[in-house]
Formats: sequence, C-alpha cells, structure tokens
Amino acid sequence: MEEFFQHILNGVNLGSIYALIALGYTMVYGILQMINFAHSDVYMVGAFTAYYVAKWFGIENHPGLSTLITLMLVSMVVCSVLGVLIERLAYKPLRKAPKINVLITAIGVSLFLQYTGQVVFGADPKVFPDIMTDAEIFNIGSLTIKIFDVTVLGVSLFAMLALHFLIQHTKVGKAMRAVSQNAAVARMLGINTDRIITFTFIVGSSLAAIGSILVGMKYPKIDPLMGTMIGLKAFVAAVLGGIGNIMGAVIGGLIMGLSEEMVSGYLSSSYRDALAFGILIAILLYRPAGLLGKYTAEKV
Amino acid sequence: MKAFRNPALAFLIMLLIGLVINFGFNSYLQLMTLFILINCVMAISLNLVNGYTGQFSLGHAGFMAIGAYTSAYVSTKWAIFPPSLSLFNFLLSTILSGCVAAAFGFLVGQPSLKLKGDYLAIVTLGFGEIIRSAFINLEFLGGARGYSGIPNLPTIPGIDAGRLMTYLYCSFWLLVTFVVIWRICHSSHGRAFLSIREDDVAAEAMGINSTKVKVRAFLISSFFAGVAGSLFAFVNNFITPNSFSLILSINAVIMVVLGGMGSLTGSLAAAFIVTLLPEALRSVQEVTGVDLRMVIYSLTLIIVMIVRPEGLFGKKEIPDFWRKYVRRSS
Repeated sequence: MEEFFQHILNGVNLGSIYALIALGYTMVYGILQMINFAHSDVYMVGAFTAYYVAKWFGIENHPGLSTLITLMLVSMVVCSVLGVLIERLAYKPLRKAPKINVLITAIGVSLFLQYTGQVVFGADPKVFPDIMTDAEIFNIGSLTIKIFDVTVLGVSLFAMLALHFLIQHTKVGKAMRAVSQNAAVARMLGINTDRIITFTFIVGSSLAAIGSILVGMKYPKIDPLMGTMIGLKAFVAAVLGGIGNIMGAVIGGLIMGLSEEMVSGYLSSSYRDALAFGILIAILLYRPAGLLGKYTAEKV
Repeated sequence: MKAFRNPALAFLIMLLIGLVINFGFNSYLQLMTLFILINCVMAISLNLVNGYTGQFSLGHAGFMAIGAYTSAYVSTKWAIFPPSLSLFNFLLSTILSGCVAAAFGFLVGQPSLKLKGDYLAIVTLGFGEIIRSAFINLEFLGGARGYSGIPNLPTIPGIDAGRLMTYLYCSFWLLVTFVVIWRICHSSHGRAFLSIREDDVAAEAMGINSTKVKVRAFLISSFFAGVAGSLFAFVNNFITPNSFSLILSINAVIMVVLGGMGSLTGSLAAAFIVTLLPEALRSVQEVTGVDLRMVIYSLTLIIVMIVRPEGLFGKKEIPDFWRKYVRRSS
C-alpha cells in the first residue's frame, strides 16, 4: 500500500511537470490553432541556459532557494526572448498560409534548435548543477517525502495559480481569451492580436523554462535532444485534456504522469511510451475534443 | 499494351542509368542512389494521402517499419521458391509486406480518418510511436537489438559490381508505385480524392462517401509504404525499431511538402534533393570544422516554407512545365 502511495506521489510530480509544458502547447494552440513543435526545444534551451548561467555566476555549488529562483528567472527571460524570436521570424510570415505549412515550419524550427544545440552545447549529455539539496522531510510509514517533491509541486502549483490569475483576472488575460475565441472579432474590438500572440509565446516559454529547471533538478542529465520525448508526452497531455483548454492541460498532465508511473511501477517501463500514445488514440477515437474540450460541429 | 509503353521505356532508361552507376560510381554513391529510390517510393505513397486527399498523416514510418519487419521475417524464415528462383522469394516478401502494412493501414484508418486536420496528424504520429515501441518489445523480432541477417538480393554474374540487382529491384518497385498511383490519381477515384481535399462537405453533398474514400487512399498509401520498408530492409540488411522513428515520418512529409502537395514528379525531385542535401553539405563541414549540415538543412526547410509555401512545383507535374514551354515555342 505504501508503495502505491509512493507511486502516486511520483506520478503527481511527473504529471505537474508535464502539465507545465503542456500549458505552453495548449495556449499557443488556443490562439493560433497550430501545434508549436518548437516548444519542446525552447524547454531544452531553458535547461542549458540554467546550466551555463550557474557556471558563469559560480553558483553551481551553492544549492538553495535563492539559486533556484535566480536560475529560474534568468532562463525564463532567455526562453521568452527565444519564443518571441521564433514567433516573429518563423510563424508570423505564415499567419495566412495553409496549416500544413505552419506545421512543417514548426518542425523545421524544432530541428533547427536541436541541431544548433548539438553544435553549440555539444551532443554529449551534461550534468545539471545542484541547485537544491535533496533530503527527506518526513516519513509516513515507508512513504518518504523529499524536498525535491515538495519543491516541484510547490513551484508548479504556484506557476499554475499565477497563470490562472493572469488569464482570468487581468486585462491582458481577457484579451487572450477573446483572441482565442475569435481572433477576427477581437481585432475588430481594438485588441492588438499580434501583441497578444507575442505575449502568449512569452508566457508559454516561461512555463517551459520553469519546467526545464524542475526536470533538471530532479533528473540531472541534460542533452540537446532531451525535449523530444517529454515534449511529445506533454503534447499528448494537452490533447488529452482538450487542446486549447488551460484546465484540461493540467488534468491531462496529471493523468499522463500518474498512468505512466503506474505502468512502469507495476508492469514494465518499456511499455511507458506506448501507453502514452495508446491513451491518446483511445481518447481521440471516443472523445476527439479531449476530456474538457468542447466539440463544435462544423457549419457549412 | 499501350499502357505499358511508357513504364517500359522508363524502366529501360533506369536500366541504362543503373549500368552507368554500376560501372562509373563508387559504392558510396551506389548506396545513395538506392536510398534515393526508397525515399521516392516513400514520398510518392505519402503524397497520395497528404497531397491528393489532403489528410495529414505523420505515421508513415510506422507502416514502413511493419513492411520492413515483415520482409525481414519472411525472407529469413520462409523459403518457398528454390534458390535458383530466389528472386521470387524477394518479390513475394515485398508484396506480403505491402499487404500487411495495408491491413494495418485499414485498421488505423477506419476509425481515425473520421477525425480531421491536426487530430489525424496526432493519431498517426501516435500510431507510429506505438508500432516502434511494439517492435522494441517483440523479442522474436530481435527487440531493441534489431533484426540482422536479412539476405541480399542475388547478383547478376559478370556485369554486377554488387548492387545492380538491388538497384533494378528498387527501380522496378518505384515504377510500379509511380504508375499505380499516377493512374489512380488520374481516374475517377483520383477525382474523388481531389474533391475531398478541396472541400469534403461539398464532396459528401456530391455523393462521395468521404470516410470510405479516405480509407481507400490511406490503404493504398500504406501498401506502398510497406513496400518502401521492405526495400529499406533489403538494402540495409539490418533494421532496428529506431530506424523508423518520428524523424523518418517527418522526412517523408518534408519531401511531399517541398515537392508540392499533389505533384508526384515534384515528390520525386524533392526526395532526390532531401536525400542528397545533407550529403552534399559534407563539403561545407570541411570548411567550417563543425557539423553544420543539419542546421543548414533545417534552416533551408524553414526558408522554403516561408518563401514558397506551395512547394517547389505546387500542384503541377514537371511535364506540365515542359509542355507549356513547347506550346509557346511552336
């Protein structure tokens, strides 16, 4: 039974990281109706930024909360700049192009970041600096709760609440919702849609940066291709919850994390990836709009 | 018999090219030629779904994997024809690969082609990844270690420098693929595919059962993807599940979009370019010292998409350009 709770704890941890990355996918999809494949590589750049900044500032051996926050802020800024650059240079010229072109461009940007990463950072894996010390906080029976678990949960919960506040209770959030409902009407009502799209990319990339640092802290091995698999799974999580739906991304992320942890805990870890896509296909066949998505009939 | 005239002519030309390559080029270039042929089969078959029918599939590598593994298994475990007729064994295993892949295409397509646009892309992507992780877990097919010892095609004694027969075999299948898909696309079935691409609601109103037609296109496309996988297995003699990762599907899509969606000859040209570009950029590597090949490759892709979104040839075939030129000059 304790083992079961341990799996639940790990699953929620993993799931909240998936949710953070899935939020980036879902927000961009909500506003632009495109799958931003480059998102997972923005996440990769976030991890490497933290790695190099920790080295240059000489704080890679000073674990603590201040290190965590410094690295997070720096890599959020770098990722936001990168996200905006990608949007401006690659996606904006294609605003009116067919969907498939945008998708291919997104794949192209993703490949570009991966291969540039391999040239600039080197293809070999690097060890992420110690930004926190892990220790057991308390035990319940044989269930151990560690600092890392609490940090991951705390940070991602904080980020999600902040995002919720931003979207539901601020003016810019209202504008974001308006653009995602109907961009043409939003523009007619005086919303600068381009600025809102840029802002969406900033928020999504920042969340990816936070996710990358949490992952780096928990699984301290980073390489230029680290984004591919986690990106795919986060994307599956976004679709599972109903793409374009913020709450759906969080729920989807948690379901993905939990089910993956259960499968690798009780079955075999080599079925983990197949499970993720199995869930995806099942959900799309029986509920194509996702768990929380609304299915809209096509009007002729 | 008239229908066979052009393909037979094309095969003769391919044979001549093959002889030139066999005697004039080194083994590295011979291998590149084989990869170009395989990529052509892959790109044309994907073009039927992505270009002509307008459905976005990202799981082509999955069907190739099925074809490759079927061929590998059949050609190593079964020996139906005696060794003197071993070519028929290869032919049989390739046809069988296509059929198995087509069966999977039907199974995947039947439920998922009711979905539209991005969702179909995601389902097919998921399918490709599931196939890959299934092959990793199937121990009797070698698991993650891969399947080795796939036999080579027989060589022609005397004139063959090693790969001429393989080249001819691949050319033969490329011609079959091209002719079949070309004829389908220029028949009433092809009009049905096109009408679904242009507007599937209108197509339904005109009495086309859109799901059925889409599944048909998907099935034919996955048959030839299986054939491409089979050729891949025979050229490499060794396959692992990771040979068929997402990047292969993406490459196939890139070829289709670069050549122009709905242009078969465009796909051929794009397969040629996409296979050779990373190799041609090797000389750049000698100048810069670091491996910038893939960086330039991906950058080219982005720029082409922004500057020429319809691909190199759009919906036109290469002979269309030629015909236009002839008409003007006469």
